[in-house]
Amino acid sequence: MSDLFYDAAPNATRVAPERPKPRHYPEKPEAVTLFGTCVMDLFFPEAGLDAIRLLEREGVRVHYPQGQSCCGQPAWTSGYASEAREVALSQLDLLDNGLPVVVPSGSCAGMFREHYREVFAGEPENLRRVEDLAERTYELTEFLLYVCRVQWQDLGQPTRIALHTSCAARREMNTHLHARELLEQLDQVERVDHDHESECCGFGGTFSVRMPEVSGAMVQDKTRALVDSGAAEMVTADGGCLLNINGSLEKQGQAFRGRHLASFLWQRVSGEVEA
Amino acid sequence: MNQRIPVTELTGGFRERADQALDDSQLRSNFRTAMDSLMKKRADAFPDEDEREGLREQGNHIKARALSKLPDLLEQLEARLTENGVKVHWAETTDEANRIVHSIIESRQGSQVVKGKSMVSEEMEMNDYLAERGVECLESDMGEYIVQLDHEKPSHIIMPAIHKNRRQVSKLFHDKLGVEETDDVDRLIRIGRETLRQKFMEADVGVSGVNFAIAETGTLLLVENEGNGRMSTTAPPVHVAVTGIEKVVENLRDVVPLLSLLTRSALGQAITTYVNMISGPRKADELDGPEEVHLVLLDNGRTGAFADAQMRQTLNCIRCGACMNHCPVYTRVGGHTYGEVYPGPIGKIVTPHMVGLHQVPDHPSASSLCGACGEVCPVKIPIPELLQRLRQENVKRPDEAPAVKDGGAKYSARERAIWRFWKTLNTRPVLYRLFLWGATRFGWMTPKNVGPWTRNHSAPVPARRSLHDLAREHLDKGGQS
Repeated sequence: MSDLFYDAAPNATRVAPERPKPRHYPEKPEAVTLFGTCVMDLFFPEAGLDAIRLLEREGVRVHYPQGQSCCGQPAWTSGYASEAREVALSQLDLLDNGLPVVVPSGSCAGMFREHYREVFAGEPENLRRVEDLAERTYELTEFLLYVCRVQWQDLGQPTRIALHTSCAARREMNTHLHARELLEQLDQVERVDHDHESECCGFGGTFSVRMPEVSGAMVQDKTRALVDSGAAEMVTADGGCLLNINGSLEKQGQAFRGRHLASFLWQRVSGEVEA
Repeated sequence: MNQRIPVTELTGGFRERADQALDDSQLRSNFRTAMDSLMKKRADAFPDEDEREGLREQGNHIKARALSKLPDLLEQLEARLTENGVKVHWAETTDEANRIVHSIIESRQGSQVVKGKSMVSEEMEMNDYLAERGVECLESDMGEYIVQLDHEKPSHIIMPAIHKNRRQVSKLFHDKLGVEETDDVDRLIRIGRETLRQKFMEADVGVSGVNFAIAETGTLLLVENEGNGRMSTTAPPVHVAVTGIEKVVENLRDVVPLLSLLTRSALGQAITTYVNMISGPRKADELDGPEEVHLVLLDNGRTGAFADAQMRQTLNCIRCGACMNHCPVYTRVGGHTYGEVYPGPIGKIVTPHMVGLHQVPDHPSASSLCGACGEVCPVKIPIPELLQRLRQENVKRPDEAPAVKDGGAKYSARERAIWRFWKTLNTRPVLYRLFLWGATRFGWMTPKNVGPWTRNHSAPVPARRSLHDLAREHLDKGGQS
């Protein structure tokens, strides 16, 4: 009986998982490759550019190979393994140059670091390259925090924001913790919790179109929680969630919006005012 | 007066049932409240992260070890149980299992069965099978009793009636048992208990499940909180335990961490109120206990999962329910939407082996792969990874010999062609950039309605310029603008 449980948490915000997986971070390199991701490429290119600016600000030269496309995740999670593998192989070839790869998306970074092993299971030569790529792949916030060791001064006006973290970014890359830590450096920014913060926004790639009923219920709950949080805006380090959450907010006629963390951070530290 | 409080009755496939469940605000609030509470209880039960992770690792190893010698352990279990005076039966199908149980009841000329909670008996649809043969089978677990009274199926593997609130239960008791309506939960439970108590004394056979079957000692371990499990296994003259073959573990030492994982993950309990360890029928010098004890070991597709190294991990499951408690999909649609015995994330990965993907074609897709289930699983089943694998098996052509029962249920030549095209686009840089050029230039032509996406979102309009474009321009200028 459901209401035997009267001590339900009023706000089930969980910091899950609680602790980052241990990882060794190198000294700041001279140059990196930015893997822009297909979603950012098409829908949030400015945020990708802001990621480049943030890296350059730390004295890191950024390469953006024009041969890049998609990490292969959409086909992989849809069950089209061989199609995913071919796309993954093309990116593996492209990125096979020893440069650190910075990804402004935890989900695509997680694909490189966690799932390429499954994609190339049983292929020792490719697996060796996958391990090498995994070793030098960093999600943007992680790279700024632990490799660049940024020390920022906040040049923006006081504001309140809600942080949404994609599930892959959270569970595979621990971005929820890294982003919190970066935001703490900005003394004019107050991060507010929102209800069920650790819960999925309902995107899940093709899940959002295969199961629009359930996915829709999830994004409605997520947007309600964000709007109710008292934040002026939402920031997230994942284009997929951003597409989902902003698309839903717009459909609902809400004024509240989210934007990519890279754009938010660039604005705060560069002092640039959004056009 | 007899106005029935509606309980969602769901019809159609997964998506249709989900749609109906999502519209039922009472149902949704019942699940949300309960799942929030269960998440908190689990978190509180594992205050030390290192201890929890160590224990999960240990649980995973114990189950992996047991499965690696499953045939041997099952033989050892049979030998020990037989020495202890327990009769062991093997059933490949649920039908066989039902026939075995029925023949045991017949041998005692029994007509009344009282049952403790058992998900395997749900798998067998034992109640219906026995009812058709004139045997009354009464559920004695309070939640199971409630759903049985209302001719429903359990909506959660640990809390079968979690979809109902107290008002709905009160109304049900009033309608079916003729008692006064009351909002007092203790009173409701007392009503249920009084009705059941008499039945324990009258029953010819007691049926129960098993949480762990211990090979070394031939012991059946059963946890519960209501005492009904102990009553069902001791009061009637015959006890029949039914369980899946994956429940066997090597020895009692292995049970200690598994038990701790089970009770803390399920309801946040350090230990259940009752832990029953059954090692045989009543001995000559003993005053109570059943005269006969039987164990029915059911396969029902488990050996199919066992045969595949990756899918074998589904047999790690100790049925705690934590994956459903933490699942954002389950929390919203409830257990009945899944239309099968095992709902939630674990249901999605075990059911295909039992009934085949043709019967549950949408199960593998009904997940955003958020990973919450895998994060909390006490025996570390990589549920999202297995869902991804099932999706692969689901879209194979039937002649591509899918490794899972009835694989290829979602094969579509058209969809595969779309992904082939996607692959071509994403492996040929010139084509990909041409696509970017077109999409950014003609983004304004994006139709207002683009299928299921625009059901929940505004139309996805591409930016005017791609990141490829912006980045090239920026870097050509030497960066640092």
